[in-house]
Amino acid sequence: MVFTPPKESYTGKVYSVTIGIPPNTITFGGENILPFHSFEGSYPNRPVIAYEIQDVPPDDWPDTIREVYKDVSSNPVEWAMFCQDKLNAKAIALRLIGTHPDRENRTPEEAAQTVRDVISSINVPLIILGSNNTEKDAPVLIAASEAAKDRNCLIGKAQEANYKTIAAAAMANNHKLIAMSELDINLSKQLNILITQMGFDKEKIVIDPMCSALGYGLEYTYSVMERIRLAALTQNDQTMQQPMLGDVGIYVWKVKEAIAQEGDVPQWGSLRERGIVWEATTAMALLLAGAELLIMRHPEAVAIVEKAIDELIR
Amino acid sequence: MNIAPDNQRKELVMLIIGEKLSIIAKRVREAISKRDKQPIQDIAISQWKSGAGMIDANIGPAEDEGEALMEWMVTTIQEVVPLPVCLDTTNYKAIEAGLKVHNNQWGKPMINSTSNDPERYNMLELAAKYKARIIGLTVGRGGLPADAEERASIAAEIMARATEYGVPLEDLYLDPLVLQISTSQDHALKVIQAIKMFQELNDPPMKTVVGLSNVSNGCPKNLRPIINNYFLALLMYEGLTAAIADPHEIMPTVKTIDVILGKTLYAHSYLEIT
Repeated sequence: MVFTPPKESYTGKVYSVTIGIPPNTITFGGENILPFHSFEGSYPNRPVIAYEIQDVPPDDWPDTIREVYKDVSSNPVEWAMFCQDKLNAKAIALRLIGTHPDRENRTPEEAAQTVRDVISSINVPLIILGSNNTEKDAPVLIAASEAAKDRNCLIGKAQEANYKTIAAAAMANNHKLIAMSELDINLSKQLNILITQMGFDKEKIVIDPMCSALGYGLEYTYSVMERIRLAALTQNDQTMQQPMLGDVGIYVWKVKEAIAQEGDVPQWGSLRERGIVWEATTAMALLLAGAELLIMRHPEAVAIVEKAIDELIR
Repeated sequence: MNIAPDNQRKELVMLIIGEKLSIIAKRVREAISKRDKQPIQDIAISQWKSGAGMIDANIGPAEDEGEALMEWMVTTIQEVVPLPVCLDTTNYKAIEAGLKVHNNQWGKPMINSTSNDPERYNMLELAAKYKARIIGLTVGRGGLPADAEERASIAAEIMARATEYGVPLEDLYLDPLVLQISTSQDHALKVIQAIKMFQELNDPPMKTVVGLSNVSNGCPKNLRPIINNYFLALLMYEGLTAAIADPHEIMPTVKTIDVILGKTLYAHSYLEIT
């Protein structure tokens, strides 16, 4: 007897989101199936991996990852061009971490200047991230949105405490928006509802359910993403049909396994390999949970994940 | 007026058939007698916007001019609302006239209704011929069913007739006949039990429908929405597929029960989502 694999059909569909300016746009989402279930339906867009850079030198990044960018990372423009030209980045995520009050405390105007400098030197789409200080992110992301007006960037992260100003800025300057909640599916849905009730187009939102690294709560992120996607596809919940973001690098490159020296934990093997594999494994798990957009740091980790995607969608 | 199919609406787990276009209502009766489209369309739009997935057009027995009247009702409704219509009359010719002009682009029409009375089998012919959905009221010639078991046994008869006439069982909606709680209190529970039993008559489960507001017919006006909503909650728990009801009145219950049963993801603003 011939085995026929059972196929599910789904009532809902994930919105597709396009960022960037023609001809250099990139689109993710748009599928009506669970991740990589291409035998069950339509999977029009490959997941996208963006390279993370930041507005100030990465003094807080571990050596494994700083080494890659050591010649360019003192200047965000050179760093961005390196990612685009040498690493073939499909998109670049500029994190304005230097605006954080506990860091360099850069002003919104300084952040806007960095955005202008970076965006005028690259062609690939730009993702603009605040420092995740909800109070400071509001003025910073308003200034950044204006600096990148009409460049169709992805701006974030809008959270419960600051979504009104950030969503309004994204709307006024024609950007897409990241809506982030902290590992709570009901609050994630609520935030999407609140943002759309402002008149923001629900098809211009990307959900960030909050990332976590392998070994440090990844299963929570995984479950929330999985449940969001099931609501979108099986319950046709139109408030949950946005693509999802996995902000991987920032969570991975601070955990013990990615930074502990070989002399301290010889049984763990090569520090360099450990970090790369930790980032790739975390990223892969989130793709399987439903993420369509990843922000990553190490080119070798990106290469591993891109290869795995190739094999899964072949 | 240019309208598009209502694809944006979330497919509600339960189908609400808007009940407000009934000849029993004075405003509707007057509009019908003057062939005044405006009040009919206002009511239809209001039912659609508040969550109805289908509009019931109840023209009564309509012995005179039934065909012209049903045609007028269906086209008047579908001019402004992208939903299918539930054709509610005992007049066979009026039903057929309505089916002929019905715009199936917006969903299959529904015939209200057939039963286990041989005089009503001709409605099954129409359902088969026009590929319409049809309500099977679980009454026969012998009067009202005594309990849930009798309702289920009549349902099985109707299912057999439907199959005989070529109506697919997924187009048949079994109606246990809701009675007034003020005069037939014990039937409220029997109806709930029947909803459960009907589904067990087939795999996939049979679809079910009730004329909800009949439960509170004859009750004081202030009690009616209370009784309707709590009764609906219990019926939904048993898996009710559709209700002929006023969406304005029942929407919070429908949404809340969907959340409680895990069919919709909870968010603080869940009542505000259409």
